[in-house]
Amino acid sequence: MKRYILRRLLGMIPTLIAISIIVFIVIQLPEGDIVTSTLDQLTASVVDLNDDRVKNLRAQYNLDQPLPLQYLSWIGNFITGDMGFSYLFSKPVNELVWERIGYTLLVTVSALIFTWLLALPIGIYCAVRQYSVGDYVFTTIGLLGLATPNFLIALILMYLGYTWFGLSFGGLFSPEYLNAPWSWARVGDLISHLWIPVIVLGTSGMAVTMRLMRANLLDELQKPYVTTARAKGMAPGKLLLNYPVRIAINPFISTIGLLLPALLSGEAIVSVVLNLPTTGPLLVQALISQDMYLAGSLIMLLSVLTVVGMLLSDILLAWVDPRIRYGRT
Amino acid sequence: MVEPELLSPRRMAWRRFRQHRLAVLGGAILIALYGVALFCEFISPYTPDQRNAKAINAPPMNIRVFDSEGRFHLRPFVHGLELTINDDTWQREYSEDKNIRYPLHFFTEAEPYELWGIIPARLRLFQVEPGSQGYVHWLGTDSLGRDMLSRILYGARVSLSIGLIGVGLTLFIGVLLGGFAGYLGGRVDSLVQRSIEILQSIPTLPLWMALSAALPVAWSPIATYFGVTIILSFFGWTTLARQVRGRFLSMREEDFVVAARLMGASDTRIVFYHMLPSFSSHIITTATLAVPAMILGETALSFLGIGLRAPVVSWGVLLQQAQNYQVIVMTPWLLWPGAFIVVAVIAFNLLGDGLRDAADPYNHQGER
Repeated sequence: MKRYILRRLLGMIPTLIAISIIVFIVIQLPEGDIVTSTLDQLTASVVDLNDDRVKNLRAQYNLDQPLPLQYLSWIGNFITGDMGFSYLFSKPVNELVWERIGYTLLVTVSALIFTWLLALPIGIYCAVRQYSVGDYVFTTIGLLGLATPNFLIALILMYLGYTWFGLSFGGLFSPEYLNAPWSWARVGDLISHLWIPVIVLGTSGMAVTMRLMRANLLDELQKPYVTTARAKGMAPGKLLLNYPVRIAINPFISTIGLLLPALLSGEAIVSVVLNLPTTGPLLVQALISQDMYLAGSLIMLLSVLTVVGMLLSDILLAWVDPRIRYGRT
Repeated sequence: MVEPELLSPRRMAWRRFRQHRLAVLGGAILIALYGVALFCEFISPYTPDQRNAKAINAPPMNIRVFDSEGRFHLRPFVHGLELTINDDTWQREYSEDKNIRYPLHFFTEAEPYELWGIIPARLRLFQVEPGSQGYVHWLGTDSLGRDMLSRILYGARVSLSIGLIGVGLTLFIGVLLGGFAGYLGGRVDSLVQRSIEILQSIPTLPLWMALSAALPVAWSPIATYFGVTIILSFFGWTTLARQVRGRFLSMREEDFVVAARLMGASDTRIVFYHMLPSFSSHIITTATLAVPAMILGETALSFLGIGLRAPVVSWGVLLQQAQNYQVIVMTPWLLWPGAFIVVAVIAFNLLGDGLRDAADPYNHQGER
């Protein structure tokens, strides 16, 4: 087991290097850089790149070096924990992202748990009562959730919340707790705001999880061991939960790898609508104003989160399911 | 003696598909939607940029056949709108003026337009009586007094075609890379596999956002349109490539492929002429199920303001107007484009499910 984890950890390194190169290239794509775009705005005219002032500024930000060197210094600093300087906010990127990454993780993981808590029992119900009214109802709801863009669900929830209850949603904290120090009351306030993004994000992943659970369980229910147990007079509820469900649930651990990128993607846009203090709105701002270090660091951190999430799900799967071999595949 | 009826695989597939009622429904909805998108100039009552200063943020108008005294009119009509400014909130409030009726005329001449940008025409599906002071805004108007229905119909053309073109590109890249990875195996295979793994571990939306933010603002609407389409398909091919690769791996050792190889056919010929047709139905199914992701992707990017931009009209661009809850509470009809997105995506999913069952006529497990 230890060797397996170690090998997977080493396997992550080339993936992360490749991702960092892709991210760096993508961030370099826009014409001009932060210096020219800032000066463009200041002087309201196109900036001459040979101007002395521009040259000095570019040298200050390492922008005059060849691209591979820029990449190496960027990724080198990134690994040592220095993510550069955000020109947009005139602050080190480190100060901007960590708190937001924390909230992103909180929202995403809560949404993942919510999806499972709801989708797995529904999937089991749909498999056991195949073709019943409930099966069709849940399938329809799942399909609707799949087809509605996340941000539209958020908009509709906001509309209903306002017209029915007179509530105005948005943010993760009420104004009075926004800058308050952490306390139990603030945690409670956070939880009372958290459920909206969690529901919004959870509904989109629900359809897939539900259908998968239903299909997996239907496969298991046809196997001879179920018939045997039934013939021996085992109580139906105990039989269902102790054997087929346990086996059918295993593959879901590996779907963390599939759900996590989708949830992080959804979170990026939902948080813009709901005005959450997470990475999404920051990324949009950074991209629009070409704040390269900030945007690059954010995408890189989100990718690292995904890769680590996939690794954890693989390890968890190997631990839970003894049929998984640790050997080379 | 009764001749047993012999069905070609295609006929069997069609028969299975027809049994799938929901899939037929999905197909019908899609034909209708794409038909509307194709003829949006003719079907929409106004052009998307036409402003009606007398109806700014007007709510959806009812098209009626019974007037205020309960009399039936064969020709549907709308009432005139009466504008009042609320003294407390300073908001515009519209109410129907029951005394004024504007009958609707069908296949009537109105403002000139160019069908598909080339054929000049004046004919429209419906309009209020020519020459009258009235107007018809079935789904309301936006903050500039532009007709929502017309804008949604024009938006359908952009949003729905991005799905198709994007999936076309995805298919091309996915089949090419997946096909060669599966057919050639070895280094090519592991290279493609690794790139798929890497691409799949970057969260899609942030990457899409970064790429489309890189599109120069100065680009023409057409260039931006294709730019966004290419970005969407550039990262969508991975799933398809995986499936194609799997099929190719299992098919590589089949007799007909070995025979073709022994007869000296080139790799390209074997891949495209012999192997691809044998699972084209599978590819079509996957493509159908991939269109919604494209449509949703475009919508998300445009909604954030970094995909398509005005003056281009797409469903995502339209929804951008409804970004905060104040706007939605005041003018909820701005959410109508969302309903069209949901219907289109569901229709594609239903159709895709049906095609999947039909593609494999011998497989009866699909009935579960």
